[in-house]
Amino acid sequence: MLGPFLAVLQRDLTLAWRGRADVLVTLAFFVIVVCLFPFGVGAETNQLRAIAPGVLWVAALLSTLLSLHRLFAQDHADGTLEQLLLSPEPTALWVLAKVLAHWIVTGLPLVIAAPGLALLFDVEQGALGVLVLSLALGSPILALLGAVGAALTLGLRSGGVLLALLVLPLFVPVLIFGAGAVDSHLGGTGATAHLLLLGGGLLGAIAMTPFACAAALRIAME
Amino acid sequence: MLEAQELACLKGDRLLFRGLSMSLDVSGMLRVAGPNGVGKTSLLRILCGLTMPEYGMVRWHGEDIRRDRERYHRALLYLGHAPALNDLLTPLENLRFACASGGEDPGAEACRAALVRIGLGGQLDLPARVLSQGQRRRVGLARLFLSAARPCWILDEPFTALDVAAVADLTATLEAHCEAGGTVILTTHQDAPFTRAPRVLDLSGVAC
Repeated sequence: MLGPFLAVLQRDLTLAWRGRADVLVTLAFFVIVVCLFPFGVGAETNQLRAIAPGVLWVAALLSTLLSLHRLFAQDHADGTLEQLLLSPEPTALWVLAKVLAHWIVTGLPLVIAAPGLALLFDVEQGALGVLVLSLALGSPILALLGAVGAALTLGLRSGGVLLALLVLPLFVPVLIFGAGAVDSHLGGTGATAHLLLLGGGLLGAIAMTPFACAAALRIAME
Repeated sequence: MLEAQELACLKGDRLLFRGLSMSLDVSGMLRVAGPNGVGKTSLLRILCGLTMPEYGMVRWHGEDIRRDRERYHRALLYLGHAPALNDLLTPLENLRFACASGGEDPGAEACRAALVRIGLGGQLDLPARVLSQGQRRRVGLARLFLSAARPCWILDEPFTALDVAAVADLTATLEAHCEAGGTVILTTHQDAPFTRAPRVLDLSGVAC
């Protein structure tokens, strides 16, 4: 039963490695967007400190969105998706493998780059851990929710724009609790509640979105 | 083994065919014929379970394929128009992934042997993007040598872009599969050198 899961995971990671330039675009976009803010709002330290969690989170969210439409597009075009849907193993399983590979390639680099960028905003060192943890819990939720959107808009004209309209509202709760975790840590109330909610959200998303995604892919094949 | 009852297929606003019934027994080979656009590929996709028919149902061993999808797909091999090749992977990697995604693992050696047999011995380590159309087609077809255990083969235009020798080899493979108790459904516009002419289902008869 794990056969297709591991096969998809290994294949997608191999493909990402062979097409690394595409992958770096997401990370470069994240870095550039974050670096633009000080130019826009001015270099006043207290102000930058205050907006840092929100800026990093919104930038991570937009970077995730940037690469989402690629999740199934290539496999749809070359017929691989057809073959995967004809697999006797459960669809949700390999969908989860695809999203996991996608997150490792596009989400994990953001989590790793975030503390370095946070230093540009002079975020207190103690809050960096909370920032990383909130992104590590939150960005997989974004990938999972986004995968459902990517499956629903597969093969549509102007699917990319539609995808953004479809999933951005769904990202709002993740953004609130993700950025909120860092804010409440800095405010002294502790980030535990926010992080627990993100963790719960992640478990819920892992349990439910692969099935929604599988159903959407079957519809897209019609 | 495989039967279809009263199938109707709607594409966009156009009814392609309706009232199509067929059945195929052990060792049967069926060629779906008809001019372009009559719905051959659509019929094959319905028989695979990739598309829902507008009306009617497909049964495998008497059971609706939608009710027992996993059992049917364990017995089915479908090779469609698109060869399911990723340009960045080598033929060997593509073939191994195709097998693994179908839930089987024949091993690297068996995959290599299948590719050599179909005439890609010299291209095993090249990325698929440098292969010709015929060679890309062959990578997909190499799965036939590894999937003898799957009784039901549904092939959409398997002979396209192949040379004469490859067509002859493929024909022999298909006939051997039927003799071993499998079933084959295929579409083709070419004349293939079958020793026993397959049954023909002409879709122009049921087209709307």
